Amino acid sequence: MTQDPNARAEIEPTAVGANAAESGERQLGDGTSDAYGSHEVNVGDLDFRTLVEHGHTASELDPDAPAVLTVDNLKMYFPVKSSGLVRRTIGHVQAVDGISFEVPQGGSIGLVGESGCGKSTTGRLITRLYKPTGGSMMFDGHDLAKLSNREMKPLRRDVQMIFQDPYTSLNPRHTVGTIVGAPLEVHNVVPKNKVIPRVQELLEIVGLNPEHYNRYPNEFSGGQRQRIGIARALTLNPKVLVADEPVSALDVSIQAQVINLLQDIQSEFDVAFLFIAHDLAIVRHFCPEIAVMYLGKIVEIGDRETIYGKPHHPYTQALLSAVPDVKQAAVGGRRERIRLEGDVPSPINPPSGCRFRTRCQFAQEICAKVEPPLLQIGKRHKVACHFAGELGAHPATPVTTELLGVDDQGSPVPGAVPSNTQLTIPGYEKTWYDLRSKQTTGV
Amino acid sequence: MFAYVVKRLISGVLVVALVSMAIFLLFWYGPSSPAQPICDRETSNRCTPARLEVYERTLGYDNPVYVEYGKFVSGVFGGRTITIASSEYECAAPCLGVSYRTKQPVKEELVSRMPATFSVAVGGAFLYLLFGVPIGVAAARRRGTVTDKALVSSFLFISSIPYYLFALLTWLYLTITFEVPLFSDTGYFPIADNGPFKWFSGLFLAWVALGIFGCTQYTRFTRGAMVEALSEDYIRTAKAKGLPTRTIVYKHGLRAALVPVVTIFGIDFGTLLAGTIFTERIFEIQGIGWWALEAVQGRDLPVVQATALFSAVVLIISNLLVDVVYSVLDPRVRLS
Amino acid sequence: MTSVPVTQSSAAAAAAEADGPFLRVEDLKVTFPTEDGPVTAVQGLSYSVEKGKTLGIVGESGSGKSVSSMAVMGLHDAKSAQISGSIRVGGTEVVGLSESRMRGLRGNAMAMIFQDALAALHPFYKIGAQLEEAYLVHHSSASKRDARRKAIEMLDRVGIPQPDRRVDDFPHQFSGGMRQRAMIAMGLINDPSLLIADEPTTALDVTVQAQILDLLQDLQREFNSAVIIITHDLGVIAEMADDVLVMYAGRCVEFGTTKQILTTPEMPYTWGLLSSVPDVSSSTDARLIPIPGNPPSLLRPPPGCSFHPRCVHTGKVAGDLCSTQLPELLPASTGTAHLKRCHLADPVGVYQSEVLPEIAPELLEETR
Repeated sequence: MTQDPNARAEIEPTAVGANAAESGERQLGDGTSDAYGSHEVNVGDLDFRTLVEHGHTASELDPDAPAVLTVDNLKMYFPVKSSGLVRRTIGHVQAVDGISFEVPQGGSIGLVGESGCGKSTTGRLITRLYKPTGGSMMFDGHDLAKLSNREMKPLRRDVQMIFQDPYTSLNPRHTVGTIVGAPLEVHNVVPKNKVIPRVQELLEIVGLNPEHYNRYPNEFSGGQRQRIGIARALTLNPKVLVADEPVSALDVSIQAQVINLLQDIQSEFDVAFLFIAHDLAIVRHFCPEIAVMYLGKIVEIGDRETIYGKPHHPYTQALLSAVPDVKQAAVGGRRERIRLEGDVPSPINPPSGCRFRTRCQFAQEICAKVEPPLLQIGKRHKVACHFAGELGAHPATPVTTELLGVDDQGSPVPGAVPSNTQLTIPGYEKTWYDLRSKQTTGV
Repeated sequence: MFAYVVKRLISGVLVVALVSMAIFLLFWYGPSSPAQPICDRETSNRCTPARLEVYERTLGYDNPVYVEYGKFVSGVFGGRTITIASSEYECAAPCLGVSYRTKQPVKEELVSRMPATFSVAVGGAFLYLLFGVPIGVAAARRRGTVTDKALVSSFLFISSIPYYLFALLTWLYLTITFEVPLFSDTGYFPIADNGPFKWFSGLFLAWVALGIFGCTQYTRFTRGAMVEALSEDYIRTAKAKGLPTRTIVYKHGLRAALVPVVTIFGIDFGTLLAGTIFTERIFEIQGIGWWALEAVQGRDLPVVQATALFSAVVLIISNLLVDVVYSVLDPRVRLS
Repeated sequence: MTSVPVTQSSAAAAAAEADGPFLRVEDLKVTFPTEDGPVTAVQGLSYSVEKGKTLGIVGESGSGKSVSSMAVMGLHDAKSAQISGSIRVGGTEVVGLSESRMRGLRGNAMAMIFQDALAALHPFYKIGAQLEEAYLVHHSSASKRDARRKAIEMLDRVGIPQPDRRVDDFPHQFSGGMRQRAMIAMGLINDPSLLIADEPTTALDVTVQAQILDLLQDLQREFNSAVIIITHDLGVIAEMADDVLVMYAGRCVEFGTTKQILTTPEMPYTWGLLSSVPDVSSSTDARLIPIPGNPPSLLRPPPGCSFHPRCVHTGKVAGDLCSTQLPELLPASTGTAHLKRCHLADPVGVYQSEVLPEIAPELLEETR
């Protein structure tokens, strides 16, 4: 895709059209988008079966998908200035501190965590709204972290963003056509007279009436505006979409419409998602793979079944236990949950060792001394905890001592050689460290 | 906070220095010789090149510009003796030069004219705050009613009249046409010499003109800020607490609405203090504004320079004060 | 029977007034005149809440859930809102009550906490000052020192560390969770018998949300207050509420115990709400089925059942009943306390055979 931008411009818009026309069933513009009610038609005649057909089950994992974006040891430190006469840098907000993961081609990875954990910063780094302090982001043979803004320009079309707030992220003085078509003109990809047809095609894809391209954002509802935002992100056929809280500003009934649309788009255009959200249930539905962040670090990453079924990090466990569950209605009362005391510490001066230790009920001396590595402990499961274990079965002694060459209190053992070679790669190794046997095992 | 103020003062001094340089350069490199006006004046418009040369030499216009700027600066801090043609004039620190017309040190005249300008500014500002803010609050509380609409549109009408026209008409009707006794003799009469009544009646019309015109603007500012404040969530909270309406409107609403109003007022008042040319000219008040106007007409370069510098200093200080007051009013603002 | 909406039988209700439910809303209607015509935000709404019980009100933006609660608090501007019907708080009729008497109830007998505590607290006043103000306005004989002691005591009660120091902080110096705690402390400072929490945890992170919900429950137990919790999060409802009121386009469309509403709902809108949110523990085979379309305009509400333009089950109702006739709020099949507003003849059958298999296949096994 790097050879000749013009060649691509010639081919792609038509390719999309053809693609959409061929897959008649999956085509969203041929009236089935009415199922989502975005056209002003009476949906009263729609029957439940048809609606169900368009509702998706949770996205499935493709374990063999190659990585389209590889993030390795990514860091973003924002300087903190002093308030004196001379404004010196007196510290850094370690918003993102050395995170690594892969975004599989056409797949989705979810980033969850509480506000201030760095998940939104990560999204902004990947779309290069910020230039990272360190680390790399490999995409299509380029390291996005190192490119200058000028060198980034041709690559920006491949990595697009969907924003949270559909009310403030669209310029109220521009028509929908201008908003959706602007990237086409900026990147000069289609001839001027092809812009409007392309815009109409995109509006159709996201389930809006293509005739409405000359309307203004305020004429649309919140859900429809979010569709406009999605159409804009899709304009240049991106390979990676960063969706930062794409539905949290929407009403419940509209959230499902938008999530289904994103799933449609994903399977239609084979676009990969970095899905950032605080709603653990939505992330679970949309992402077969999830990374849990706490204070700028990934504390646990793995496939959906592992993270939601048998999480090993105390923070993940606490987070999941805090989600109110509709099913509780059948039982009554509150769910048993892990109480986290206090607030998240300041990212300017994070706790030494494990950053979660100040709120962790299992924390011991070693946690303050040695930072736990993000250790692969299963086929698709990594966790950063000295006492990693399933809920209720956390080990009494640290599991990481042999790997790190330290004793149970975290002091270095003389002569011990740390063997943490497999700890830093963004993806998954074929072999991993088995917590029970404390041996490296494989498939 | 202290560090912030010091920092702002330092940058303020820098700005004043830059402004003074800019003004100095403007005159130095003007279309005609800077000595031309005084030469014309002193020789009754028979300024020959030879005479001009004498003035240029004595005033130092044949030296390089930086040498003369240096003399100007040292005069500000240490005073200097200024030679114009064959006469010498003592100019004590802080020396801003000697008026080409009166041959008096500029600084002394500036100081002597301050009370007039301050009287106009304080009285006018007092009036427009006294009426503008409460009317604005009242209009905001009656938002959308006929009273509100009538008030807003009539005030919009008044403030769309150019101020000089408005002031002129005020003077014309009240003093000339209707001969209202109180307004018969406008001007600045120092209290010490003429007693408070004369002082008051001389300035009153100027205050009324400034007050009415300013009031229309402050009503609109206050109304806007108040409407916004009253629609905030914390007003709903205050209501839900069971507070009486007065407390809700004044303690919770006005307190928040005042912040933008105070910001605008700070800058406005600074501008007034630097001299109100129209007001002073129309109501014959011998203040800084009138003085500046006269100086421009008479090409009295040292005076023009001094008045320009004075307004720069006043605006810098009022800006700083606004920022400090802002941080006091709004605890979320931390000055650093 | 905890809290039953009073449909029409007001005679029996009046008899039970003395020690009946603390809050009793009957046939409430709230209309806002606008330039385009009157907007009826709430109509025909009746419910009641006893002390010590929690009523959850669910609905989307524009459903009237906040408008009705603000009417209970008397927070609507008399000039811009027309309120009819009856709201009795502790036996006092609130509709038409004078502003001064209303003020005596607000923040005293009943209190409200709001969604966005940062916006709902005044940015220029210290937390302590705002709490003291709430206390003093209803305790005219109390001194400033009593009020301060009370403010610190309440901050301590809601779990704010070092309350004697934090009392002098401004709202922006608090974290999101602490601000919401302070808001709750302010709401409860006069020991109200009715607490209305409008989306109290929506802006908060899940772990903080759990802390706040814990706190609300503890405090309710301690103060034995009647609580209304307004939310769109069915999970919060499931864990907090005793009864649930589902609102759509200004009307109650379904009412019942939390278990009835969330396990055997009988109104397609409730089904839609359940099917459009995924669950952290549901099967991954469950489909996310949206409610098609957008909420209706309150200016020109649809004829018949307000939900019919978005309903995918209207085909199961004979003729054009759904689009012509507003269904009554009638007892459902699962119990007398369960009411629904729908023309469907066999909602239980439709839900069990069509909806449930798609949204919660794993639950189907259990219920059979």
